[in-house]
Amino acid sequence: MATTVHEPPQIETFEPRVSDAGNGGWKNLLPADGDLRAVKDYSPPPASTAIWVGLFGITMMFAAFTSALIVRQGASLDWQHLSVPPILYFNTVLLLLSSVTLELSRKPIARYMGGLRSEVKNPGLWLYVTLFLGIMFVAGQYLAWRQLIAKGLYIWTNPNSGFFYVLTAAHAVHILGGLGGLLHVIRKLNAGVLRRSTLVATARYWHYMDVLWIYLLILLWVKL
Amino acid sequence: MAKFFAVTIVVIAIASAIPIILHTWGPPVDISTHGALIDEQTSDTMVEAGVSFLAAQFVLAFFIWKFSSRGPGAKILYFPGGAKGLVAAAFLLVGTEVLALGVFGTKAWATIYFTPPAADALPVQVQAGQFAFYFRYPGPDGKFGPLHPDKIDEASENFFGLDTTNDPDSKDDIVTAELAIPANREIHLLMHSKDLGHSFFVRELRVQQDFVPGLDVSLHFTATKPGKYEIVCTQLCGLGHYNMKAYLEVMAPEDFDKWIKQQAALQ
Amino acid sequence: MHDMSANAAQHHAPTSFIRKHVFSLDHKVIGLQYYGLALVAVFIGMVLSWFMRIHLGWTNFAIPGLQLLSKNGAPGGIMTPEYYLQLMTMHGTIMVFFVLTTAPFAAFGNYFLPIQVGAEDMPFPHFNMMSFWVTFVGFLVLCSAFFVSDGPPLSGWTAYAPLSAVGAVAGPGQGTGQVLWATAIGIFCIGQLLGSLNFITTTLDMRVKGLSLMRLPLSAWAWFITSCMGLTAFAVLLPAGILLILDHVAGTSFFIPSNLVINDQLQAHSGGSTLLWQHLFWFFGHPEVYIAIIPGMGIVSHVLITNMRRPMLSHRTLIYSMGALAVLSYMVYGHHMFVSGMNPFSSLAFSFPTLVITIPSTIVVVIWVGSLYGSRLRINTASLFALGFISMFVSGGVSGFFLAQPSIDIMLHATYFVVGHFHLVMAVAAIFGIFSGTYFWFPKMFGRMMNDTLGKVHFWLTFVGAYCIFMPFHYLGMAGNVRRYQAFVDDYLQPLIPLHKFITVAAVLTGLAQFIFLYNLIHSRFWGEKAPLNPWEGTSLEWSTPSSPPPHNNFGAELPVVYHDPYQYGVETASGADYVMQTSPEQIKGGHDEP
Repeated sequence: MATTVHEPPQIETFEPRVSDAGNGGWKNLLPADGDLRAVKDYSPPPASTAIWVGLFGITMMFAAFTSALIVRQGASLDWQHLSVPPILYFNTVLLLLSSVTLELSRKPIARYMGGLRSEVKNPGLWLYVTLFLGIMFVAGQYLAWRQLIAKGLYIWTNPNSGFFYVLTAAHAVHILGGLGGLLHVIRKLNAGVLRRSTLVATARYWHYMDVLWIYLLILLWVKL
Repeated sequence: MAKFFAVTIVVIAIASAIPIILHTWGPPVDISTHGALIDEQTSDTMVEAGVSFLAAQFVLAFFIWKFSSRGPGAKILYFPGGAKGLVAAAFLLVGTEVLALGVFGTKAWATIYFTPPAADALPVQVQAGQFAFYFRYPGPDGKFGPLHPDKIDEASENFFGLDTTNDPDSKDDIVTAELAIPANREIHLLMHSKDLGHSFFVRELRVQQDFVPGLDVSLHFTATKPGKYEIVCTQLCGLGHYNMKAYLEVMAPEDFDKWIKQQAALQ
Repeated sequence: MHDMSANAAQHHAPTSFIRKHVFSLDHKVIGLQYYGLALVAVFIGMVLSWFMRIHLGWTNFAIPGLQLLSKNGAPGGIMTPEYYLQLMTMHGTIMVFFVLTTAPFAAFGNYFLPIQVGAEDMPFPHFNMMSFWVTFVGFLVLCSAFFVSDGPPLSGWTAYAPLSAVGAVAGPGQGTGQVLWATAIGIFCIGQLLGSLNFITTTLDMRVKGLSLMRLPLSAWAWFITSCMGLTAFAVLLPAGILLILDHVAGTSFFIPSNLVINDQLQAHSGGSTLLWQHLFWFFGHPEVYIAIIPGMGIVSHVLITNMRRPMLSHRTLIYSMGALAVLSYMVYGHHMFVSGMNPFSSLAFSFPTLVITIPSTIVVVIWVGSLYGSRLRINTASLFALGFISMFVSGGVSGFFLAQPSIDIMLHATYFVVGHFHLVMAVAAIFGIFSGTYFWFPKMFGRMMNDTLGKVHFWLTFVGAYCIFMPFHYLGMAGNVRRYQAFVDDYLQPLIPLHKFITVAAVLTGLAQFIFLYNLIHSRFWGEKAPLNPWEGTSLEWSTPSSPPPHNNFGAELPVVYHDPYQYGVETASGADYVMQTSPEQIKGGHDEP
């Protein structure tokens, strides 16, 4: 009696789908044999998808700026070589370091959020370091602009300087956005409600800003 | 209501087609040597577009008429050939149609843009600026003098900014407010913008081309019929855009020679 | 059950008025806010078009009250030439951005996409709220251009450089007005990018159990495809706008070449490229018009299927075709620039994809019409507008055959032929999509039916009126009537003025008919006949919500589970109904489940 196993209620199975998508997953939430009860519930966390979407948009924006630069260069007779202020290289190192420190922050945070609260003293430490390095990067960019101005190169002086300011400023604005994201993560961590997907998305954004910066640096160095 | 709708669609479709078939409104007679290709391309397209338009509207109307009064028990029918057939038909019919239009249309475009101007074409420069066209002929030396934008002065009628004192080539340049050309001789039109985007459109000549500030573009064409035709600006250039026009005078060659001598004397 | 709450930002039903109706995180409220914004915008845009049309028919006519809008622009009510262009610019900008992108996509999409995928809300409600308010601020900034001393810009919604870049020296409104315009557009771009973020993530990540991508209704697919396009297109318009503003305020010369002499002053700029603006603008601009029409296609497909009582002949084909339109739309943008002075080889290169894009457009139409065959078509206001959409889309589309060919474009560029073409597809077809969606989804949004008699009157007046307005534009264009002229002074234009007068009368009458719609909207909202939960016997998820309007979390205590493809119509069910809802576990023979 207690060991009788009842058959699950019969539902009419309909035609098995010839589906090219796999079992569960976000492509097709219905498995090939049609039994809904077996559907896995996985779909990627929205923050993950959203950050890729956002990064794509940002890529398109800088692609537009790049094509504007190339066309403008082709159209003009007033292109004058601009040497990249050396402080930019120092700023680059800061930014790359900040990516490293961001990655370093993930293990203590994972341990902290995973339940080992008492063992992890200061889970957000590396986040603060990242934040600091990010702020130093923006400050360094500002210094670079000051250096250009001291040489008499304003945004209107020639198209090279124009693009220099536009590209570095656009990137810096997005870094500020990233700093906002880091603050958000820190806030959530301190409240103990940080989700892994939030941290992953923020980290992805931050690393992308690195890659974008390297691209811009090369572009400025080669083209301007 | 559905049947009335179907009839309305048919009536509107036919009413729309009537002015086209009757050529009630259309471009003026072509006076150019390249225009026939454009006009032919347009008529071919009109036939294809017209047939597609009427067929689609009629079939839509017919289906609305036929299938709007079926009861709830009526059987759902499938269009013969189904989606596959329709997609295949669309690809084949429209695909060949547009391919044909595209391929044959390149000839008209190539004639205008991919052939260089003839060696003995008459060069004329047109300058567009808010809100007038001015024209310049190179004069007997056949050369245009350089332009000095800082010397442009409307008051003294130095529209192009020529420096006749210091530039020898400018001395014999002839500046006019209308474009006179000899019939049956190729004209090489050099287009220069003084300030903003403008466009040069002569319907009878089957010519329309934007000026690009900072980049001098050029066109070549030959007019065949003497007469007076309007040149209008078609690129929005400010408040006077609607009024920005000049006249194209196509003259017999002897009349043109007389005219150009008169203009030279007036410089 | 899928733990949606872990992913969806949890928010409890708000209680305060501000949280419920003003700064709401609820996608339904945000959708209605966008709709309200579009409604205000379309009436402003329509009145602007009346001013334009009256001036074109009767150039020296004093429009009573116009001098209140602008003392300088319309002294005594008589419009100056520059003011015509300024009103025209604002008409185009308001309509394209704040009506055609906002209503079919942001308004209906925000309201119904989460419901159609079975979600409680968008995954980022704060971003969603921000996207509306950012768009709203953009609208305010744009409208403020009316009230600055020199007025709004006169360079058209396309704002070609150098006219749009050199500043006030080029004409009234080109200084502050143009900067405000560019700022408003930039703000709008940011709002749309935030919106796209939510739409894409909702479609990919928030679908309920059993809802595969192929089981999404066509309206959901249309919103998804449109949001992908928006992400790409607006991300290019924003930098273009920034560079334009810099040319105005920072003395740069991105779009301004050297040696320009305007108003007898040699401009200090040098080296910029005017064609660069056109490339950047049209790279955005062409996808933008597909952003305007694709949601309409999705809505119309959805409405038609419900009213035909059968699914489309091929669900997938419509999805792939909309996708093809989206992808191809990026390759064709140069057809706006055939005679712009760009390399003539490029013109041919752009012409081929432009001709090819006819194919998916045709496929969409033949599938719609082919699905009508053998259907059990129901006629109501929503289906009338949907069928009207097909007629209008065909009419507007065939004129594209001409404009796609550079050689023919020589005669038709910048004429009323182009204006007729884009008004038929955008101002009419896309608007018909909005109307169809409104009449169709009103019962779900407000729990009441719109008055169907008034709706039909609205339809008839609009359908016939719109053809009377815009079909003649093509004839004008073929006769060479140039566009963006505030008056017709050229010799050859004189005989065409009577046709313009006819169009103006049609425009005013058709515009007045829209007040029937407005009245119907408002009256039905408060006093309309109470609607059943599923008045159209629809199958998709929005019709399975427990109430109309849906509760705060859309589905009440439990999220639905989806068992079927979206359009199980024309089937035999146990209860005798000819449809099975997506959420119904009933298995049916002869179902249309797609492999």
